[in-house]
Amino acid sequence: MANPVEQFKIQPLVPLEVGGVNLSFTNSALFMVVSIVLVTAFLTLSVRGRALVPGRWQSMAEIFYEFVANMIRDNVGYEGRKYFPFIFSLFMFVLFGNLLGMIPYTFTYTSHIIVTFGLAVVVFVGVTIIGFARHGVGYLRMFFPHGAPLATAVILVPIELISYCSRPFSLAIRLFANMTVGHIILKVMAGFVVALGVFGIVPMAFLAGVTILEFGIAVLQAYVFAILSCIYLHDAIHMH
Amino acid sequence: MTDESREPRPLDDLDARLRAARGQRESETRRETAGRSSTGMGLGFRIATELVAGIAVGTLIGYALDGWLGSRPWFMVVFLFLGAAAGTMNVYRAAKGLDDSVGLGEAQRRKERDRTNDS
Repeated sequence: MANPVEQFKIQPLVPLEVGGVNLSFTNSALFMVVSIVLVTAFLTLSVRGRALVPGRWQSMAEIFYEFVANMIRDNVGYEGRKYFPFIFSLFMFVLFGNLLGMIPYTFTYTSHIIVTFGLAVVVFVGVTIIGFARHGVGYLRMFFPHGAPLATAVILVPIELISYCSRPFSLAIRLFANMTVGHIILKVMAGFVVALGVFGIVPMAFLAGVTILEFGIAVLQAYVFAILSCIYLHDAIHMH
Repeated sequence: MTDESREPRPLDDLDARLRAARGQRESETRRETAGRSSTGMGLGFRIATELVAGIAVGTLIGYALDGWLGSRPWFMVVFLFLGAAAGTMNVYRAAKGLDDSVGLGEAQRRKERDRTNDS
């Protein structure tokens, strides 16, 4: 029986080392490229016809577009429209990464915390820059609740600061943990199916249910990642 | 023959009308944001990660400050507790649906305001 965490192993496909830094093209990188190619192909080919009455593929592309556009309108407001390309790319990248991972023998790049953390840090740094660009030093007022007694600043400001800095961590951990745990459960259950012989039918049935649940989680986590980015963006822009 | 009633309204007040329509949509979206809810499982996971992330970040900041100022372990101890406070506050915020702001007092007041606007 294969090790349940072996599926997360990074394997260099094209070994490459530049100046002592390991820049190998790994299986993780391969699936990132695959997902970007798939997203690009899906979106460009499906709207190639530019039909006024969309066909099946064009409808699907438009559903994705409108879904993200509505999400930004509801959570960021009208000023958020110019960040649509970023949020849309983020959503599609995470979504396709999660869904590609559900295909047997593929690699789930969102199951590595450094990948999700990288994405989260981009959001975090971007939002912080937008906040300072729009409000200047006034953005720092965010770290002190309006109307609280000034004496409490000593304790409130560090707490708010930590709370702010924990955002990329909570974003990254959530996506990573969901994908990793789901894949380990699937693998462990699949091991039981083989080990139990005839009675393997019980874990097999369970496995079928969990697989469906995993598809749901794959979509839900991509949505959560994008919507939290929207909420952070809303904070930086409006700063109520 | 021109029908008076079908004549398009003059463009003088177009700006004001646009602004009114836009304001209406803004307030609609605000209400949707306030009423947003997430699934139970999603919320549970969210709370777990918020708590862990708050404590982890607090400890990490304390550890870094100690390494920088050479005062091990004092900052780490202080920031561990501050991180726990931040994590707990984030959990409270997530559970209450006040999560779309950093300042807790601010978020509470906004929620109050939305409630009074709705009723």
